[in-house]
Amino acid sequence: MEEVSEKDLQRLIDSEKGTVSREIFVDQTIFDLEMERVFARSWLFVGHEGFIPNPEDFFASRMGKDPVILTRNKQGEILVFLNSCTHRGMKLCRYDQGNARAFTCPYHGWSFSTNRDIVEEPGELVGVPHFKDGYGEHLDRKRWGLVRCPNVVVYKGTIWANWDPEAPPFLEWLGDMHHYLDVALDHRDGSPGGSEVIGGVQKWRVKTNWKIVAENFIGDMYHDISHRSVDTVGIGPGGKGRRDAQRPRLAIGFSELGHGVLGELPYTAEPDYAPTFASHPDVEAYYRKVYDDRVRNLGDRPRVTNSVGTIFPNMSFHSKQPRTILITHPISPTEVELWRLYLVDADAPQAVKDAARHYYLRYSGPGGMTEADDMENWTYAIGSSEGAIARRQDFNYQLALGKAEPVPGLQGAVQSGSYSEENQRIFYRRWAQFMSRAEWDSLMPQATPAKARSHGD
Amino acid sequence: MATDTQAALEALLLHREIDEFFNQEAELLDARRFDDWLALLTPDIRYWMPLMRNVHSANVHDEFTNEQLDSSWMDEGLETLTQRVRQLGTGIHWAEEPVSRTTHMVSNVRLLAVRGSTSREVDTSCRFLVYRNRQQDEADIFIGKRLDTLRETEDGWKIARREIRLDQNVLLAKNLTTFF
Repeated sequence: MEEVSEKDLQRLIDSEKGTVSREIFVDQTIFDLEMERVFARSWLFVGHEGFIPNPEDFFASRMGKDPVILTRNKQGEILVFLNSCTHRGMKLCRYDQGNARAFTCPYHGWSFSTNRDIVEEPGELVGVPHFKDGYGEHLDRKRWGLVRCPNVVVYKGTIWANWDPEAPPFLEWLGDMHHYLDVALDHRDGSPGGSEVIGGVQKWRVKTNWKIVAENFIGDMYHDISHRSVDTVGIGPGGKGRRDAQRPRLAIGFSELGHGVLGELPYTAEPDYAPTFASHPDVEAYYRKVYDDRVRNLGDRPRVTNSVGTIFPNMSFHSKQPRTILITHPISPTEVELWRLYLVDADAPQAVKDAARHYYLRYSGPGGMTEADDMENWTYAIGSSEGAIARRQDFNYQLALGKAEPVPGLQGAVQSGSYSEENQRIFYRRWAQFMSRAEWDSLMPQATPAKARSHGD
Repeated sequence: MATDTQAALEALLLHREIDEFFNQEAELLDARRFDDWLALLTPDIRYWMPLMRNVHSANVHDEFTNEQLDSSWMDEGLETLTQRVRQLGTGIHWAEEPVSRTTHMVSNVRLLAVRGSTSREVDTSCRFLVYRNRQQDEADIFIGKRLDTLRETEDGWKIARREIRLDQNVLLAKNLTTFF
C-alpha cells in the first residue's frame, strides 16, 4: 500500500458493521501516514508541570515519532520545540530532564535561547561559531531558530501540544470528556487540580501497535477476564481483587471526538462512603476525610467517576485505582514506547502517597501484576496479524453493536452498557476521519474557527 | 595461627559462603522453585528497583529515582513478592504462560560491610545478568548491579534488602515477570 484513499479507508474501517482491517495495525505506509495525518494534527500530551517547576527547566518528550523539548523559559512561558538542531539534525537535548540557560548543539555548536531578555522569539539562534568569517553575518537567526510547536496549553498540571496552527482549542478538543479526565487530575476532595505527579517516568518498549493500547483503555470491560490471575491473588488496596469494590461502569464514548471511558453517568449526590485502603488505617482515615470534604465542596453539582479512559489519539489514564497517565508513543507499526506517570493528591500526607505509590507499582507498568498480562496480549495480537492470510481477516468489534444511547448532561456522549465495543468503533471512525485528511470544519464542526482566536490559548 | 591470617581466612570463608548463597538462589529461580526462593527472604525484606535517568555528568546524584519517594520499576515487600509467586502458580498468568526460560548469573561479588558477630548482617554488591527467553523469539537480557543486605538466621542466610540497578533507561523488555 502506498497511499490510503477514501475508498481504502471505507474498506479498512467499517464502523457500521463493526470490523477493522488488520492492515491498519501492521502496515508501514499506513503508519507513516498516521504520523502526518493523526499525530501532526492532534493535541498530544507532552508532560507535566511537575517536571519543569522552575524557570529554564526542561523535559525531553516525544510527539509521535518526533523528539521534542518541553521547557519553561526565564519568563515562565511553557514552550515545546522539536528536539533536533535546525543546522544538521543533531538531537539537541539528550538528557531526560534538567535545567539549561540555552540549548547548545554538541555537533557544530549552534546554540538557541528561549529567554525573551535575549531573543525576540523563544528558540532563536543566539550562538553560531564562525558567524562573521563563515557566514559573513548573513545567517538569519530567526529563520534558523528552533522549530517551535505553535499550540501549547497547560490543563490542571498536564501539558498538551498540537503542531497544526489551525487546530481547535484544546478545551474544545477535549469537550465534555474533561469531566472524566478531571477525576484523575482534581483533588479527591473535588477541588480543581490538586494532584501532583510522582517523580520519574516508567518508559518501556512493547512490540504492538499504538492503537491496541488506546482501544484497551478507551473502555474494554470485555478484557477483564484476562486479569483473572491478579484478581485471584488480590493486590487491591483493601486486600481483595485488584481494586476496591466498584460500582457498575459503562462504556461511555464521545462520538464526535474519539474519546471514551469506562465510567458512570453524571450524578449529583456522592454515594455513601466505601472504605478504601482498609489495610492501612491512617490512609483510610485520609480518604474518609477527603470524602467528607468532597461532599461539602461539590454539593449537588453533577460529577462523574471512571476507572480508565483514552483521549484520542494516544493519551490514556486511570482515574481512581490506580491513578496514572499512560502515553503510547508510536515507534513503528509493530512497536510502541509506553510512558507511565503516577498521580497523587499534592497535599496528602506522606503515608497516603506511599501507600498509593506501592499500590500503583504492583498494579501498573511493566512490573505491574495486572499490566504484565496486558503486554502479552498486546504483543501477540499483533504478532499473529502480520501474515498474508491473517491480514485478510478483519478484527471484530461487534460487541453491543447498535446499543448506543445518548448520555444526558454530556455533550455528544453515548453509553452502550458495560460490555461494549462502541468506544472502539468511535475511536476507529475518528481515526478514519483524520486519515482521510478531513478539514477542521468537518472534523470539529462546533469548534471556534482558528481565525477567531489567538493561538496558544 | 596468627590472628591476621585467621581473620583473612574467616573473611575468605564468608565470601565463599555468600557466593554460594547467590549461586543457590539463582538455581532456585531458574528451576522455577519460587516458594523455596521466598523462603530465602526476611519478613521485612525491601526489594527495590529504581528507574535510571539520562543525566548530565554533573548531576549523577539524580541518576536513580529516589527511594520511597519516586517511581521505580518495582518496590516490593514480602507480601507482594509472595503475591507474585502465587500469581505465577495460577496457571492463567498469561505473561508467564507458557513459562519463560531464565538464566540468572551473578558475578563480581564483594562484601562491603559485615556487622555483628553471631547473627551477622552483610552488605554486598554484585553484577547480575538475567536472560529471559520466551515463546519462539523473545529474548531479554537484563544486566546491572545489585546491592544486597544478607542477614544470618538460624535457617541460614536470608535476603533483608535488595536494590536492583538495571542498566537500562527505557526498559527494553515488555514486562518484568522474573525476579532479580
